[in-house]
Amino acid sequence: MVISMSTDVKRGITAVPDNFIPLIEIDNLQVEYLAGRGSVRAVDGVSFSIGKGEVVGLAGESGSGKSTIAQAIMRILQPPAIITGGQVLIGGRDVLQMTDRELRKFRWDEVSMVFQSAMNSLNPVATIGDQIIDAVMAHRKINEHQAREQAKEMLQIVGIESDRIDSYPHQLSGGMRQRAVIAIALALQPPLMIMDEPTTALDVVVQREILAKITELREKFGFSILFITHDMSLLVEISNRIAIMYGGEIVEMAPSRELFENPLHPYTQGLMASFPALTGPRKQLEGIPGSPPDLISPPSGCRFHPRCPHRFGPCDSVHPPLIEVRPNHFVACHLHTTSEGSAQ
Amino acid sequence: MSYIIRRAIFYLIAAWASITLNFFLPRMMPGDPGSVLMAKLRGQGDIRPETIEAMTKAYGLSDDPLIIQYFGYMRNILSGEFGVSTSWFPAPVIDVIRTGLIWTIILMGTALLISFGIGSVLGVIGAWKRGSWMDNVTPPVFVFLGSLPYFWIAPLLLFAFAFHFNIFPARHAYNTDLSPNFSWSFISSVIGHMILPVLSIVIVSIGGWLLGMRNTMIAILSEDYVTMAEAKGLGSRRVMFGYGARNALLPTLTSFGMSLGFILSGSLFTEMVFAYPGLGYLLINSVRSLDYPLMQGLFMMITFAVLFANFIIDILYVRLDPRIRQH
Repeated sequence: MVISMSTDVKRGITAVPDNFIPLIEIDNLQVEYLAGRGSVRAVDGVSFSIGKGEVVGLAGESGSGKSTIAQAIMRILQPPAIITGGQVLIGGRDVLQMTDRELRKFRWDEVSMVFQSAMNSLNPVATIGDQIIDAVMAHRKINEHQAREQAKEMLQIVGIESDRIDSYPHQLSGGMRQRAVIAIALALQPPLMIMDEPTTALDVVVQREILAKITELREKFGFSILFITHDMSLLVEISNRIAIMYGGEIVEMAPSRELFENPLHPYTQGLMASFPALTGPRKQLEGIPGSPPDLISPPSGCRFHPRCPHRFGPCDSVHPPLIEVRPNHFVACHLHTTSEGSAQ
Repeated sequence: MSYIIRRAIFYLIAAWASITLNFFLPRMMPGDPGSVLMAKLRGQGDIRPETIEAMTKAYGLSDDPLIIQYFGYMRNILSGEFGVSTSWFPAPVIDVIRTGLIWTIILMGTALLISFGIGSVLGVIGAWKRGSWMDNVTPPVFVFLGSLPYFWIAPLLLFAFAFHFNIFPARHAYNTDLSPNFSWSFISSVIGHMILPVLSIVIVSIGGWLLGMRNTMIAILSEDYVTMAEAKGLGSRRVMFGYGARNALLPTLTSFGMSLGFILSGSLFTEMVFAYPGLGYLLINSVRSLDYPLMQGLFMMITFAVLFANFIIDILYVRLDPRIRQH
């Protein structure tokens, strides 16, 4: 039942814009963490696709499964996390079925990743140049000299002078480090880049710079981005489409503007209300009361119901499916599925 | 390179402090080697004042105030003058130590390198393949071996392989029928004599290196840069050594430096059991025969060795960890 439901959902989403050419399709992805008192479904039946040149934003609280999805796509999940089901399709191949050899070729060449903290994602004992060069040389048949030239070029593209190629990570500022990480991610010019909270560890001014750089690079090279963050205001700005995650599931997905202007899921509304708007009248910020669900024994019915201000009849017993309620706007909420809901 | 200069100054001060302590501490103890010697001589019957005077001079004994003795002592040390060994009389302490030092460095250096090398590689691979049969078997086995008392395992090896099976020589550093030179027969004799003592040290010390490296490596492997290296599609050997072990080596190097320094004092048991003519063997003999100048020289040597080894490690650190190069 679950599988057929999610394939429907996928078909719905892939139909989004007119010129939509899917680059990667995530289908009914399931990831579990084997914990002491049972397993945790960190990602439970998530399906979505990313089009060529599209920026898809993935938002949600800590522990909602955003980063787990990113790591599952690249298959770099560390034990005790294991992928228990689903498909990650790129160019007709399933990443989850690849052999070690195929996987090594696929990684970075087809999907690269910018990690959350630039400080921790750079090897402290290697120069930034070497860290670009080893990525290039692992995938391309070129000599070290050519790889070095390419590394210099990449650094220039992200706004680092090429004579900093022999700098070590600790010799760079926070913003420069994140640029270096982006240069590494860009090294093979992959069609998709996953950015897992790329600006969270930076101060606001540097955040702006990095974001502007990412936008500029995307326009220049046309790669797709899966942008993960908990900062809704950032997402609305940078992405074409946004998926909202709660408790390991996508609860709402819509084009950015549509989601911003017309959030349907009470959780999305809560998220929006907890960030200040840059323009418009001053209003009181609201949080979402309660805490994220315990995924070892998730709440029955809708996972959000214990925290939901609008809960009613079916919420604590029936799990709401993700359905298209307006063109390209998907939501998993009884308010928008049942007749009782629309009556309210 | 101002870092190295500052470290050098630090070690010079540390060396001066230990030399000074080495001078004052024994002199604060009741009694002194001079009177022991005199008492011994007197016990042999009447002695003439000239004899006493001659002996006093030969042994460098004096009744000067401590501070004057101290300056004389410092001057002697700076000119490499450690006095004359009483048990190897009339060989100067410095010559006695020099011969012992060479053998100890050859023996203990080889043992330390082998044990550090094998232990670290096993630790790196164990951490990489965490939970595999190798990772489940090697740590307990080597920790078990490491907890065997050395004074039991060394004589056991000696008894089994030197006496019972008679495969390896039982004592000394080389066949005394040969004269020391760089001929193959001499070198092979040295190697043959080294196998048992080196084996005994490696067996008991490998577990420590293995565990140390494994634990650091496990912590390093959960770092983002290792995950990123994997995401880059690098081969697993490159990730394991270039990103993992290369970083895990840094903390391990500190303990390597410590043990490098304790090579001299650590050689005591080994050299005693295998009658190996190194510093440890000399130290025991000097204590037995109350050879104060030699003892003092040896203690000094051990101190210098610890300081020097740590200085070498500091320099190595600069090579290996770019973060230390500035500031």
